Amino acid sequence: MSFEMFVQHLFNALTLGSLYGLVAIGYTMVYGILRLINFAHGDIFMLGAYFVFFGVTLTKIPWGIAIILAVAASAVCGIVIDRIAYRPLRDAPRISALISAIGVSFFIENLSLVIFTGLPKPVYQPEWLVEIISFGNVRILPLALIVPAIAFALVGGLLWVVYRTKPGLAMRSISKDIETTRLMGVSVDKIIALTFGLGSALAAASGIMWALRYPQIHPFMGVFPGFKAFIAAVLGGIGSIQGAMVGGMLLGLIEIMAVAFFPALSGYRDAFAFILLIVILLMKPTGLMGEKLEEKV
Amino acid sequence: MKTKETPRYLVPSLVAVALLALFIWWANSHLDNYKIQVLNLIAINSILALSLNLIYGFTGMFSLGHAGFMAIGAYVSSLLILPQVQKDMIYIIQPLAWPFSVLQAPFFVAVLAGGLAAALLGLLIAIPVLRLGGDYLGIATLGFAEIIRVVFTNLTPVTNGALGLKGIPDYANLWWNFGWCLLTLFFMIRLVNSNFGNVLKAIRDDEVAARAMGINTFKYRVVSFSIGAFFAGIGGALMASLVTTIDPKMFGFLLTFNVLMIVVAGGLGSLTGSILGSAVITVLLEWLRFVENPVDIGSFHLEGIPGMRMVIFSLLLILIILFRREGLMGMRELSWDAILRRFSRGGETR
Repeated sequence: MSFEMFVQHLFNALTLGSLYGLVAIGYTMVYGILRLINFAHGDIFMLGAYFVFFGVTLTKIPWGIAIILAVAASAVCGIVIDRIAYRPLRDAPRISALISAIGVSFFIENLSLVIFTGLPKPVYQPEWLVEIISFGNVRILPLALIVPAIAFALVGGLLWVVYRTKPGLAMRSISKDIETTRLMGVSVDKIIALTFGLGSALAAASGIMWALRYPQIHPFMGVFPGFKAFIAAVLGGIGSIQGAMVGGMLLGLIEIMAVAFFPALSGYRDAFAFILLIVILLMKPTGLMGEKLEEKV
Repeated sequence: MKTKETPRYLVPSLVAVALLALFIWWANSHLDNYKIQVLNLIAINSILALSLNLIYGFTGMFSLGHAGFMAIGAYVSSLLILPQVQKDMIYIIQPLAWPFSVLQAPFFVAVLAGGLAAALLGLLIAIPVLRLGGDYLGIATLGFAEIIRVVFTNLTPVTNGALGLKGIPDYANLWWNFGWCLLTLFFMIRLVNSNFGNVLKAIRDDEVAARAMGINTFKYRVVSFSIGAFFAGIGGALMASLVTTIDPKMFGFLLTFNVLMIVVAGGLGSLTGSILGSAVITVLLEWLRFVENPVDIGSFHLEGIPGMRMVIFSLLLILIILFRREGLMGMRELSWDAILRRFSRGGETR
């Protein structure tokens, strides 16, 4: 493989990795706080994309505003899901909330199937996003630069919220000990809602960029990115925001490079992530950057 | 429908089996194909639900890999019963690989082989994966099911790839399906009420305590998982012969979701609950088709909404888990004791 090709693959991997990473952050934050795999997270990713492209087509509002509105609407969806389907189950066995999450996921997917129909919708890509730029012999899409840049900016903002603000402090505190945090006078439910909102907003942002990069949307588009992002979160160490981003990058890199170097394996691409998950769970269940989770008796 | 702890329940059990046989005999000649198909699905779903209930309801291992085991069972059994002519006809991309191209077996043996293949795979998967617990186990088993699906899509010389298998002989009639269903139920009742079953329940209720009692919990979990995989394979094999066409797409997460729904609705840790659950859910799923067809109520004409069925179905799962987490039966069983007592009490008052 020529060096130019390699660089192009590297940029593809960077794009895919940052998209996985953004979704993974939502999984990792919710799991860090509630020990719940939010199965519906991949569907928020899908809703974000649909909100933008349906909003623009139906109401003719400008792209910029549509994107902000769609991200906000997705955040609200995340909060509503938590309020209706997860909050009543806080004291129930953990698996109950997980089954509820699976139910919510199927509900959103099938409702979208009814509302938006199952036909994949093509997405209009603005010219300036897909006009190939060349650096010597390396030809890349502007998107391959913009997507990682936006992703890292968003993660930077999130890290600021989590490590430099009061609600962020409360979030970190809840992930350590929910009951003690409640006793300290923190409104735990509001902070959890904020966590869902932030995670969903990032997932929606990822979904919108995904739709621009791979210009097609359909109601099940969030299923596999969702699974893989969860795997990325486990890979990076569940509970760690930086870890989720690292895990996402690593997964993107593995998927793109394995197919680039061994084209015969392209049919097995969707299996890589799952094989990686099983290997990592067996070798180092806490992930690359995760804290040790204790088994509570 | 019966708890065979002592021989005194032998008579009611045999009567129930005889009544079931009578019912099947009647159904075969009096019911239309659609109703028979629904009855077949109830029997197969019961097998699947019982097997998931053993893994999750009785041993407490949250497994989302049922579709994978069903796929193994379905493909192995179908390859054994496909007629030679059909095999030559459908493998158009690549010819069928050697041992499968000549192997033929009677239906019973084929289904059994499907179950055994699934059990073997379950054993192989269990040894690494069962070191995990809780939701991690769920995700890992889901991952395995997806891997199986991807491998089956790409293993064209054996599975015919994405095209799948067509024209599988439709041996799976009411007799076979209900026969296997009864066999599964009988086996599960004996298993759950044995010492082995008590150990499984102890592991479910408190694994650390069970380990402290000197139980090799890992071994028990592996065996329980493999038995569950065996019956999932049987269910998949029967399903393949019932629908006569299979492809890897069919064995997605939705299939696992359906079985999980039945087990949760029937009651985790209740065998009779699983049977009731599969009857209720299967009939409900068929009945819900009415929302997808246009209806006329007097002068009103309501347009059917395609896809609405699954929306209502998933909403139902959320409602069950929110408001009636124990399902229809909870952990109780419908036993001969309770039924006979009710009957005799009814007699006294009259």
